[in-house]
Amino acid sequence: MSTDEVVPPSKKREFLNFYVGGQEFCMDIMPVREICSWTNVTTLPHAPVDVLGVMNLRGAIVPIVDLSARLGLGPCERHERNVIIIAMVSGQVVGLLVTAVSDIVEVGSDEIQPMPRISCAEASDFIAGIISSREHTLRVLSTDALAASMTAVRAVA
Amino acid sequence: MSSLNEIRQMFFVECEEQLEQLTDGLDTLQEAVSDGEQDSETVNTIFRAVHSIKGGAASFSLDAITRFAHIFETILDEVRGNQQELTPDLLREFYGASDYLAELVAQGAEGEETDEAVLDERTERIAALSAADGDEGETDFSEAFVPVSLDFGFEPPEGVEGPQSTGFSIRFVPTPELYANGHEPLHLFRELETLGSLTVEAVLDEAAADEADPATPHLSWSLALEADCDEGQIREIFEFAEPYAELEIMALEPAAPAFDLSAFEAPSDDEEGFVPFSDPGSDADLGAEPSAETSSPPIADTPPGAAEPAAEPAPDAPKPAPEEKKSAAKAGPKATVRVDLDLVDDLINTVGELVITQSVVTQSIQEAGVQKGTRLAASLEEFRNLTRHIQEGVMAIRAQSVKPLFQRMGRIVRETAQIAGKDVRFVTTGEDTEVDRTVIERLVDPLTHILRNAIDHGLETAETRIAAGKEPQGTVTLSAAHRSGRVVIEVADNGGGINREKVLASAISKGLVAENAVLGPAEIDRLLFTPGFSTASAVTSLSGRGVGMDVVNSEIKRLGGRVSILSTPGQGSTISISLPLTLAVLDGMVVDVAGETLVVPISSIAETIRPQRSQIEWADRRTQMINLRNIAVPIIDLGQVFGYSDVPAMDRDGVLLLVEDDQGAQRALAVDSIHDQRQVVIKSLESNYGHVPCVAAATILGDGRIALIVDVDEINHRAAAVGTVASKEVLA
Repeated sequence: MSTDEVVPPSKKREFLNFYVGGQEFCMDIMPVREICSWTNVTTLPHAPVDVLGVMNLRGAIVPIVDLSARLGLGPCERHERNVIIIAMVSGQVVGLLVTAVSDIVEVGSDEIQPMPRISCAEASDFIAGIISSREHTLRVLSTDALAASMTAVRAVA
Repeated sequence: MSSLNEIRQMFFVECEEQLEQLTDGLDTLQEAVSDGEQDSETVNTIFRAVHSIKGGAASFSLDAITRFAHIFETILDEVRGNQQELTPDLLREFYGASDYLAELVAQGAEGEETDEAVLDERTERIAALSAADGDEGETDFSEAFVPVSLDFGFEPPEGVEGPQSTGFSIRFVPTPELYANGHEPLHLFRELETLGSLTVEAVLDEAAADEADPATPHLSWSLALEADCDEGQIREIFEFAEPYAELEIMALEPAAPAFDLSAFEAPSDDEEGFVPFSDPGSDADLGAEPSAETSSPPIADTPPGAAEPAAEPAPDAPKPAPEEKKSAAKAGPKATVRVDLDLVDDLINTVGELVITQSVVTQSIQEAGVQKGTRLAASLEEFRNLTRHIQEGVMAIRAQSVKPLFQRMGRIVRETAQIAGKDVRFVTTGEDTEVDRTVIERLVDPLTHILRNAIDHGLETAETRIAAGKEPQGTVTLSAAHRSGRVVIEVADNGGGINREKVLASAISKGLVAENAVLGPAEIDRLLFTPGFSTASAVTSLSGRGVGMDVVNSEIKRLGGRVSILSTPGQGSTISISLPLTLAVLDGMVVDVAGETLVVPISSIAETIRPQRSQIEWADRRTQMINLRNIAVPIIDLGQVFGYSDVPAMDRDGVLLLVEDDQGAQRALAVDSIHDQRQVVIKSLESNYGHVPCVAAATILGDGRIALIVDVDEINHRAAAVGTVASKEVLA
């Protein structure tokens, strides 16, 4: 279930833009199930720091990951406008806490450039590519890498 | 076409049931045989099971099953007719045959091709058991399956006394059960008619008709059948009706002096129909009769008990009937419905939501300040009870006895024992234990692994056993039982036990443990569950690929269960699997631990204690103990286990929950306070996240918040494993 590759060049894809740790990212909209506001979570013992806990999403138990912390940008500052992106990542439903969501953009897959491997920052592991337009540069969050990191969390747990 | 498919599906489901009866019967027989008894009732049950499978298979043109079942049935019939004695050897062959039959049915269900060579070999093998010579079996076979064509062209001369073949006089007296079981004499008679010309005479029992009970049948029948068939074919037609009726079949032949017409008490106007039979026919007709069996005197040639002499029907004929009735009542086909599993699952999910909603309502009403004793509170209580009832009912639908699983395991044991060349006695207990069916399905692979291991590695060879002073036959016991809200399934063998030196040496050579590690016996035993471990010096075809036991362990864990192993050198090993009863709900105590809400399963709590300060002592730097009725019970602080708090709950005036582990050791779990006791719906944490240490699952409380369900067993387990090491270090 690779969402980052093998797409015909002409095909347009939609991306959800969001802010995390003061930076702008986007992710493929296909795995996104819904966006909901912050609710109280139940903390999980012995969980990694970036796993905030679990929330009740209409009867389903969904773990919430602080995306900012996961990307190595420090813990997310709590704010009323914080939202949770509910996404399906490798068969599991996961909530990603982000500062805010801003927009949905439609991009041809040929407009996505590979991420230049210059930094060794933690964040670059999660970046599938870069979309640069006149106004700004967007980093595409790799759901595959995210999934891999979730698996790693489980292994630790 | 689809409806035919449905019927076919149904046939295979029924086949499973018949196979179950078959194996059951064989087990009963085995006991009887070892006690030196004869159990004709069980032989009948087995015979009927095989016969039903054959019949069904024939209608779906499943030739392989039909062919094999037929031969099998023939041999069983010989045992039934006392032509063969049931020896342990024969019984072993029967087991083999029933296993193979199960295999054939499985192949049929999957639509797989049958290996003709194997079928031939198996068929020959079972046919060779026949007491009669092999040819007879074959003839019987063809006869039984093309009976109609033999008689089709045959036009019996009606009312005319012409060339006369053999005939039968049949008396059929139904009991009320016949109708209660849905039999219809008309269908039986129609079927009889396919054998030859049939005359039916109804006899009204006027004395009985005067009685008030309308449920008692007042009609019996006298039938006259002119047909070129043998008695077996007639018996076959009445096969399923026979237990519920008095049936007498008399071979009629002109020359037979033993025949006594008066025994039938045929009304006078029926005499016409009987005349041709009672009239001594010409000897030439008798000579023309091809079947040697029917032309000889009936009493001498028919199997004992098959046909009673007409002169004394009373003492013998009714005797088999009550016996068979008893067996029918015992195997009791209760009225059941087949339901699509998805429907049940849907229902269970809905009921789960109902339980949550009910607790939301209860909580809201309590918050609204409704007093106890009001009508609303009473109705609420009623609502709660009803919800519980529905829930238990739905759970019961899903529950299934472990019996089919155990029988399937029996097949595996026999197969494994054969390949391993070991003589194994397989004992099962607690087969009626009911477990959620999803659990049963997922137990197949782990149990298969464990049993194979027990036979292949656990049991010694016969020579070694004799040398050790044991009986040469090894025993493997598979048992199931409910124990404190869980199901415990155990596989025990009386083999050599775990060779701990070998296990440890092997683990060290594989780098699983450090060379200088000092491990206790229990720790060494647990090494068997380590991934990549295998003790077999030689890899056998059965087990020993080194994946078995750790797969078992992880699969059982996934079911919320736990595997433990207990081994005594020279005496054998026991592997216990402890499983939750259901995967959907549990009774829990809602507690507060350092501001977090947790649920502790009631089933694991022995009692709750509000201790006096004076009862609590420091056992060491980190562990507190409570003196409980002069027993020092270690305290495990849940706040510390889950990392919620560093301050011991005992310093915050906490409450203790006394729990016991599998070995009966007591521990006290410290919590801040107890809120409530309620039924909670188990929600998996693992489906979206993963396993959290010491947490069994999660649930949703009345206010919509998630609470974690404490895995008391795991806490106990870890506490036991640490021994003197402080719990915190291990849990961190």
